[in-house]
Amino acid sequence: MYSDKVMDHFKNPRNVGEIENADGIGEVGNPVCGDIMKIFLKIENNVITDAKFKTFGCGAAIASSSMATELVRGKTLEEAWDVSNQAVAEALEGLPPIKMHCSVLAEEGIHKAINDYRVKKGLEPWVEKNPPSHEHEDMTCQH
Amino acid sequence: MGAQHIIYMDHSATTFVKPEVVNEMVPYFMQHFGNPSSIYSIARESRKAIDAARVQTAKALGADPDEIYFTSGGSESDNWAIKGVAFANRKRGNHIITTQIEHHAVLHTCQYLEKEGFEVTYLPVDQYGLVDPAVLEKAITEKTILISIMYANNEIGTIEPIAELGVIARKHKVYFHTDAVQAIGSEPIDVKAQNIDLLSLSAHKFYGPKGTGALYIKKGVRIDNLMHGGGQERRRRAGTENIAGIVGLGKAIEMVTADIPGHSAKIRAMRDRLIKGVLTTIPHAQLNGHPEKRLAGNFNVSFEFIEGESMLLWLDDEGICASTGSACTSGSLEPSHVLLATGLPVEISHGSLRLTLGDANTEKDVDFVLEVLPKVVTKLRDMSPLYSKSGKEGGCNVQ
Repeated sequence: MYSDKVMDHFKNPRNVGEIENADGIGEVGNPVCGDIMKIFLKIENNVITDAKFKTFGCGAAIASSSMATELVRGKTLEEAWDVSNQAVAEALEGLPPIKMHCSVLAEEGIHKAINDYRVKKGLEPWVEKNPPSHEHEDMTCQH
Repeated sequence: MGAQHIIYMDHSATTFVKPEVVNEMVPYFMQHFGNPSSIYSIARESRKAIDAARVQTAKALGADPDEIYFTSGGSESDNWAIKGVAFANRKRGNHIITTQIEHHAVLHTCQYLEKEGFEVTYLPVDQYGLVDPAVLEKAITEKTILISIMYANNEIGTIEPIAELGVIARKHKVYFHTDAVQAIGSEPIDVKAQNIDLLSLSAHKFYGPKGTGALYIKKGVRIDNLMHGGGQERRRRAGTENIAGIVGLGKAIEMVTADIPGHSAKIRAMRDRLIKGVLTTIPHAQLNGHPEKRLAGNFNVSFEFIEGESMLLWLDDEGICASTGSACTSGSLEPSHVLLATGLPVEISHGSLRLTLGDANTEKDVDFVLEVLPKVVTKLRDMSPLYSKSGKEGGCNVQ
């Protein structure tokens, strides 16, 4: 059911762990729904120099976290903000429809970590362009 | 998959077909292929084979052969029992009692009947998955026409007090159906002694072929047909008989019920060693289902802080076939209705693992799972944000 790329990122997840004194942390999801992602970012001169994650969830959730942290490393915050859930899913060579919410969670985790950094810096948090995932009724758990 | 050897611990999902069963089936594909409804000699061979399988099946249940009707499997038997009794007895009443932990073949059939004007009571279960006979008795009304309660649960293995429930059904003159798909060969069944009016079974759960099952219908039970058409199965179940499948079912049920106590004891010993090993080596793990009243091969366990599907993927990588009650494998976002009905919190239901042992297993398989599973759980916990948050992974909070 999963692509080889998903299985690769599930079995050999990149960037697992926490960053001590992370500049931005974003935790999304809900244990009731079966997935929680916690994203840690190290940010220097507006560039993400390190990204790590911890995830409770299925194979797709772990692979999405791994891929999302890979995609945002080395990017400016503006570029990282534009990494969409579709980009995460495409980089994983596709996710089953029922698992697309895992990529949405990854995008939200990155956004939340970036805004955590912005708020800490005294900056306005950026506003989500897309409606938050809990409004995609078919894609997310309602808890 | 990296694994070279398969360790099959999903016997509740399906079983391999025993060679003796396959050997009995083979002649009915190319040699005795005649339609049993025809009158020439090769057709008579088919007819005889079906009759013999009916005797074997009846014997395994303590029923009469003419109370056995062959079907396409457990789902058809459940559908037939419930819809057939409901529609045939509509004038007497429209109330059906079942439980919250039934297989979907029963639950979805009952939900369908609700749309057709029937009222259904879904009995709760206790923390072990047991139905309380007193609660059943209270739920019975003048309109109750059918009680359908599974013999043993497919997920947590809990064995229901069928004989006690049967007494209550008999006392109130309500038909009693049991989905015994998981129980055949694991528990001794006697439909007469247990007051069972209808019983569903499926061959592929006891080393027989897929696509073949049976419904026991006690003589005198008022039931409509589900399949309409030809006059097969004494005009009650239309469709040319799956002769080879029926022959396989007969042989399989004969084999699996030949020595239930001895066979179950052997499986139970392996299963108990597995349970003990897992619960003593892996912290924050809990057994789901009843500690004693459970199917010999069933082990259902929840591991806190991790999710079931990711466990299955790692186990599969090691060649271990298992299943989970997590939402993530069910195609929905809700975890197992059975685990939730036992009161298990949703987040812990997501971390459930079911290992069901049977004749495909050896003690070596148990050793291997005991070696692999703790590593899988640790690996996933190490990347779980819940685990560190809980303060249960060492550091300053270590006890």
